[in-house]
Amino acid sequence: MSTASVSLRPHISLLGSTALLFEAPGELDLAPQQRIWSLALQAGQWADIHEAVPGMNNLMLTFTKPPRDLNGLCERLLEAWEQSQPLPLEGRIVELPVVYGGEFGPHMADVVAHTGLDIDTIANLHCEPLYPVYALGSHPGYCYLGGMDPRLATPRRQVPVISIAAGSVSIGGVQTGVSASAGPSGWNTIGRTEMSFFDPTQNPPAMLRPGDMLRLRIERIIR
Amino acid sequence: MIEILSATALATVQDFGRFGSLGYGVGTSGAMDHLALALGNLLLGNPEDAAAIEIPLFPFEVRFVQDCAFAVTGAACEASLDGQPLPPFWVAQAREGQVLSLGYPTSGSRAYLCLAGGIDVPQVLGSRSTQLRGEFGGLQGRALQQGDRLAALRPGKSALPTDFGVVSPSQALPLQRDGLPAMRVLPAAEYECFLEDSRAAFWAGEWKVTTQSNRYGYRLEGTPILPKAAMEIRSHGIVPGVIQVPHGGQPIIQMRDAQPSGGYPKFGTVIEADLWRLGQAPIGSKVRFIECSYSEAVAALEDNQRYLEEVRRLVELHGLASR
Repeated sequence: MSTASVSLRPHISLLGSTALLFEAPGELDLAPQQRIWSLALQAGQWADIHEAVPGMNNLMLTFTKPPRDLNGLCERLLEAWEQSQPLPLEGRIVELPVVYGGEFGPHMADVVAHTGLDIDTIANLHCEPLYPVYALGSHPGYCYLGGMDPRLATPRRQVPVISIAAGSVSIGGVQTGVSASAGPSGWNTIGRTEMSFFDPTQNPPAMLRPGDMLRLRIERIIR
Repeated sequence: MIEILSATALATVQDFGRFGSLGYGVGTSGAMDHLALALGNLLLGNPEDAAAIEIPLFPFEVRFVQDCAFAVTGAACEASLDGQPLPPFWVAQAREGQVLSLGYPTSGSRAYLCLAGGIDVPQVLGSRSTQLRGEFGGLQGRALQQGDRLAALRPGKSALPTDFGVVSPSQALPLQRDGLPAMRVLPAAEYECFLEDSRAAFWAGEWKVTTQSNRYGYRLEGTPILPKAAMEIRSHGIVPGVIQVPHGGQPIIQMRDAQPSGGYPKFGTVIEADLWRLGQAPIGSKVRFIECSYSEAVAALEDNQRYLEEVRRLVELHGLASR
């Protein structure tokens, strides 16, 4: 697969006048993610910042109103990043049984074709790590997981599919995750699990948070 | 209280949106045309961000189950109350039993029905907007159906003036290029990673709003935008307005029901101040894009705010005159 070249310096870009995006340098990894968590805690307190939202080794800051001194904000952010220490969040461990392949993994064939691995190897490699939740996003309760075996990396789909099922276990590039509800996705779905990830009447409404761990277990492989 | 008479799907309760829950994966939702919603609310003396019904499909009919002042804004859709035509961007008093009908729009694509005080549905995570994917907010987290009843927070005979209107946003804040509606775009992180020809073609070209366009996103059709090399990007937070370009080269503009994160390469962002223009672009129509800077994007927001302030003053003058 093609991967973007690994940058050595953090990168800041604008998302219109609503938000900015800070991207950490280096390979996708837990240590920089722990610094992102730390940066999010700080930046979320700054004036004009509405929310500090961690992504995968990156951080989005949304504005309550567009900052007058954008350069000043960027400099402050870079400085805070340089001084940031990894924030080791150690949450709960949650185990999820997964059915791989068949109707539950409609894009398994694409992952097989791209990686050159067979279904059993893919399922076993995918279940191997204890996955830390890096960030929530995409849709209510969805967790982005870090630490997938790089041999499973498969590019996002040419065109996103209109809907994948709740509980879909899927791969997007070097990332993996579990869908909390049915909806559109550009990722490759290889299996399915069952869990309730979100309840808007609870506080917090999401069942998992960054630092929690997911243990996937093979329930069945449909070959 | 009103009752929905139409079988029309896809009408939803929306306010400005749900802010503060992005970190739980909850997108903002909210009105596709913030200006139309704010105007309807100003006409009624409501807070600008009170909840209203967003209507994307016509004809649409409701019956007033009790007296209530209302305003219809957004798409020009030949509104009538018991057969009496109402001008666009107008506030009126309805009596119990009267039927409000909205016809096919002659311009624009989404109408807003605002009620005095705003629509009375519970706030969930700080907003009354419908979260379709999460199935919460609005009325039971879903689109409205025939027979649904919705209450206003301030029903009855309005103490404020009615039967007047305001100039529409498309007249007050026109923006066109070569006869087509235009939106300003601020380049985003991967802008430079697209071929120079593709970048030039994006600004020069006409873009068709395809049938696969909705509250989640607008899928556009035009000359494909191609990257210098294939990109796989780490997932990150995104906001409504972000223009993603999947590998196929046809851009998708994130709209109000968009996911709060994504990972397709970003060409640019339709600025917040112009997102209402896209929300009113009908399926099948064509639009153009204009490159802009951060300071221009901020100034455009201020222009919108000034217009709303003028309308607020006008509404106050009507109030004084009617005393």
